[in-house]
Amino acid sequence: MLFRDAALAYTARMSFRARHLLGIEHLAPDEITTVLDLAETYADLNRSDAKHSDALSGLTQINMFFEASTRTQASFELAGKRLGADVMNMQMSASSLKKGETLIDTALTLNAMHPDLLVVRHPSSGAVSLLAQKVNCAVLNAGDGRHEHPTQALLDALTIRRAKGRLHRLTIAICGDIAHSRVARSNIHLLGKMENRVRLVGPPTLMPARASEWGVEVSSNMNEGLKDADVVMMLRLQKERMDGAFIPSEREYFHRYGLDGEKLNFAKPDAIVMHPGPMNRGVEIDGTIADDINRSVIQDQVEMGVAVRMAAMDLLARNLRAERNAAPVAV
Amino acid sequence: MTSILFQNARLIDPEKNSETLGSLAVKDGRIAGAMGMDDAIVVDCGGKCLAPGIVDIGVKVSEPGERHKESFRSAGQAAAAGGVTTIVTRPDTLPAIDTPEALEFVRRRANEAAPVNVVPMAALTRGREGREMAEIGFLLDAGAVAFTDCDNVIDNTKVFSRCLTYAASLGALVIAHPQDPVLSHGAAATSGKFAALKGLPSVSPMAERMGLDRDIAIVEMTGARYHADQITTARALRRLERAKGADLDITAGVSIHHLTLNELDVGDYRTFFKVKPPLRSEDDRLAVVEAVATGLIDTVSSMHTPQDEESKRLPFEEAASGAIGLETMLPALMRLVHADHMDLPTLWRSISFNPAKRLGLSSGRLQPGAPADLVLFDPDAPFVLDRFKLKSKSKNTPFDEARMQGVVLGTWVAGSEVYRRD
Repeated sequence: MLFRDAALAYTARMSFRARHLLGIEHLAPDEITTVLDLAETYADLNRSDAKHSDALSGLTQINMFFEASTRTQASFELAGKRLGADVMNMQMSASSLKKGETLIDTALTLNAMHPDLLVVRHPSSGAVSLLAQKVNCAVLNAGDGRHEHPTQALLDALTIRRAKGRLHRLTIAICGDIAHSRVARSNIHLLGKMENRVRLVGPPTLMPARASEWGVEVSSNMNEGLKDADVVMMLRLQKERMDGAFIPSEREYFHRYGLDGEKLNFAKPDAIVMHPGPMNRGVEIDGTIADDINRSVIQDQVEMGVAVRMAAMDLLARNLRAERNAAPVAV
Repeated sequence: MTSILFQNARLIDPEKNSETLGSLAVKDGRIAGAMGMDDAIVVDCGGKCLAPGIVDIGVKVSEPGERHKESFRSAGQAAAAGGVTTIVTRPDTLPAIDTPEALEFVRRRANEAAPVNVVPMAALTRGREGREMAEIGFLLDAGAVAFTDCDNVIDNTKVFSRCLTYAASLGALVIAHPQDPVLSHGAAATSGKFAALKGLPSVSPMAERMGLDRDIAIVEMTGARYHADQITTARALRRLERAKGADLDITAGVSIHHLTLNELDVGDYRTFFKVKPPLRSEDDRLAVVEAVATGLIDTVSSMHTPQDEESKRLPFEEAASGAIGLETMLPALMRLVHADHMDLPTLWRSISFNPAKRLGLSSGRLQPGAPADLVLFDPDAPFVLDRFKLKSKSKNTPFDEARMQGVVLGTWVAGSEVYRRD
């Protein structure tokens, strides 16, 4: 009887065991597939008239953004609201940090308000996992420094799977500012786990030290790197994270590394073009490519973003509820 | 004063490079030659190791300025419990020790509070700011054994060369932190696969060689007595070897952390493993261990740097650097002995005899007439480290919960017992 209960609970969790979503690095391939499968159902829900479910009903979701964000925060907010959670947004740069409060104190303060889901973005690598150690709710990393941005990699994966019909044995070129990109790191983990061929393309100054040891191919030439690619993933040039002398100028960067029709011709004829946004048109991507509905899936990425975040929060909430039910009730 | 006779001891003599079973007599605070003292207190060492006490170059005591992190009393007790009989203090306090008056304060406080010898170093430039020279002559007269701006690299080569020229004329020892200051700016880790995957700002290990290259050139130009505080990379070791071969008055040290840990120990952003320079690759660690065994690296120190919980409980890049080490130094280094990298007399050369000799101290040896600064220890006894049992006020050790071997049984300073294990 006990075993049967446990087995049922396991099925209900659909083999997603994580307590937090801090990164892709520690997720197993079956957990990734679980998120994507559930996200498909939410993608359908989001296209219907009644875009509402009660999966997170009664739960409180707090979005803590220590770094400016428009699209990711909006996406998480919408995802929470569509699942029936009470959602609160906090712009952290404007409040307590200026008063000298430490990250841990901020976390403890929020924790006392009994949130169930905490969505955190922070400019320092590792800050979100530090915070997760101090709270007793589920934490979702919405980007920490240059470390990871797991929901972005998951939404990219879902977009690829829908466009290509599969998420394995694809050649994927990730191009541009790899060094400063958490999106690149999460995608490298995820695409590698799902057994794809990953290429990193960019100027050597924007390529992390010894990137070739990550199990990827590294190139500093776009034509070479894009050759026969199924997916071309462009990254934003992160001017705000640069402290000088990474590239000579934006126009030289666009000439050598910006995605235009000529360079894209080296990829497979049916290759799709992706970008996590916000785009610098004319810097890393030519506007006409970005707007080409036959090649660009950039709008699909945004759409899948909401679905993937709904799925991730739903799964974490299930684990959280299971954990709370299993724990002895405090008197 | 009383006499002590240590019997049945494994005597570790770094000077003679020997390890013998025997006894050692102490009279009037010094090691005595002749035996047969009838009134002596007899200490039966039970076959355990008796060695000269550790001379630890580069200990931060945090007094004046941050006494909540460490005081002379707590640092002295930690040292005694760790078998360190002489702590050579760093001047990177608040304010910096850059005047004879400040140095006088350190000496007075140390004498009152610390049970072990405290030998102060002074800043090379005022406020460790790298602009104006400190009063090297006065400070030397007041008892400074060496001059250092600690981890502040003097990037103005004109200022640095003048400081070295002036120090050379007085025969003063200058200790520097070889590192290219611009290349290493803002770095929290050594560049490589690990740091890049973790998204940490990092510095190439080449920055250390660049810093050392510059310093060697200035030493060649000025003839100064120079000691590099920490050499942690294989690349820099080759330059060090060449400079020593060229008859320059150069020595070098390394910390216990760079000898026993590597960059991967940082794991999931564990800030107690954030030190300066950052932990290196395993290849570099092994090269540096080898250099200690061959004597290319002269000294090993704890680089004891107390930090409170608040300054460590931060995201990795924002967290303070440094780890405490006075009490963990001996067991940490025993790992090198147990892994057969070196024998005990060789290790003791680097932690006792060489540092004392470089600073002009008469300790660090077992010869008659030398100060009876001694440590009795069991090199094999195992234990699991509990950071809250350490005597330092700050508990920032990377060895928390580590399985270690090597227990200090007793420590004597000038023939007086300052620590005995319960």
